Amino acid sequence: MLRQAWLIAAKDLRLEFRSRTAFLSSLVFTALVLAIFNFARDPTVLSGTDLAPGILWITFCFAGLLGLNRAFALERENRTLDGLLLAPVDRSALYLGKAIANLVFVGTVEAVALPLFAIFFNVPLWPVLGPLLGIVALATVGFVAIGTLLSAIAVNTRFAELMLPVLMLPFLVPPITGAVQLTARVFAARPLAELSGWLRLLVAYDVVVVVAALLVFEYTLDE
Amino acid sequence: MTPIEQAQRALERSRILTLIALGLLGTVYVRAIWFTPVEAIQGPAQKIFYIHAPSAWSAFLAVVVVGLCSVLYLMLRDARIDRLAASSAEVGTVFTTAVLITGPIWGKPIWGAWWTWDARLTSTLFLWFILVGYLVLRSAVREPRQRARFAAVLGILGMLLVPFIHLSVKMFRTLHPQPVVMNPEGPTLPGQMLATLLFSFAVFTVLYAGLTWQRYAQSALEDARGDARAEGAR
Repeated sequence: MLRQAWLIAAKDLRLEFRSRTAFLSSLVFTALVLAIFNFARDPTVLSGTDLAPGILWITFCFAGLLGLNRAFALERENRTLDGLLLAPVDRSALYLGKAIANLVFVGTVEAVALPLFAIFFNVPLWPVLGPLLGIVALATVGFVAIGTLLSAIAVNTRFAELMLPVLMLPFLVPPITGAVQLTARVFAARPLAELSGWLRLLVAYDVVVVVAALLVFEYTLDE
Repeated sequence: MTPIEQAQRALERSRILTLIALGLLGTVYVRAIWFTPVEAIQGPAQKIFYIHAPSAWSAFLAVVVVGLCSVLYLMLRDARIDRLAASSAEVGTVFTTAVLITGPIWGKPIWGAWWTWDARLTSTLFLWFILVGYLVLRSAVREPRQRARFAAVLGILGMLLVPFIHLSVKMFRTLHPQPVVMNPEGPTLPGQMLATLLFSFAVFTVLYAGLTWQRYAQSALEDARGDARAEGAR
């Protein structure tokens, strides 16, 4: 199953690598959101590090939402999902493949956005890079796991682009709250003991969402 | 009896139940306002509690029914289960809205603010968002079986999400009054207030049942008429 999933992910990523449209537009969008946040704060009142966790996660959240529509929209445009469904591929492998491709996509956008964010808001990243990357990874897994599933639904509805955020934003409350809280504590160099509760929440959310998505994904496909 | 007549009869019966519930709701108001003592510290503002908490109970009941129906639908694929889930979600949205309206009315005089980002308030708000999202999703899918499947998937996910939201906001902070009936040391509410509250809980349960049944019967009637029309067209 993992091999099949990897094949599907590789196919999606190859497509994306050849055109790069979605990737580049997501990147420009992310940079724009970061730049616009600059106008929403008064640097003489609030320091960059105080606002940083919120800005970072709202930016990631928007950037991710944009990228997620792509996974199934492409298949639908060219009616290629039928082909995938006819192929001897396990349904959960299809989900995993799509999720892995999304994870790579969102992860790459985040990897470019993070240094940009550090420069724009004058946040020292080096001392916290390790823990921060861990938090980003944990939150992104939950985000992509639920997003891949919901985008498979949203793409089949009218107003697909609007439907995904409406369905998905409530599901981002636990991972985003957790990630913002953890990021703020990491920036403030708080002891590890203060992190453990939120870390447990993030991990539990990831596990529950991934398992639930694997179980119900087949019902989002046409029979 | 044709399916249309059957559905019509069910609709009439469900209307009677709703009317009974509404009548009882009137007696809840009367009892709460005139025959229940005024709370010593909060004053008359506390009276809204007899509407607020039971509404929350009915909303909770509605959501549990949606969640169970979602799981059952994916197992049994019976259109009636999907219809019950949809009706329950609509009625649940109404009760959740009632909770969200009565809460701030009480919060303003007691807390001094219409809204705070407390665990219960935030969870209820997001419960409302999920229910509305569920209904919006239903309205955006035309094919009935696809709609039922999608709705069931979202229903299951939503049921899993609510405890997570509650937990994550609770780790933030909490301000909401603690439960006065279902807490480990037994009810802390004085007898007369407790009686009014429990009566109101029962009435709101009947109201939930009546409204959901009525909604269910209406949509069954709609479907039966649609089938009859399709039959006639053929």
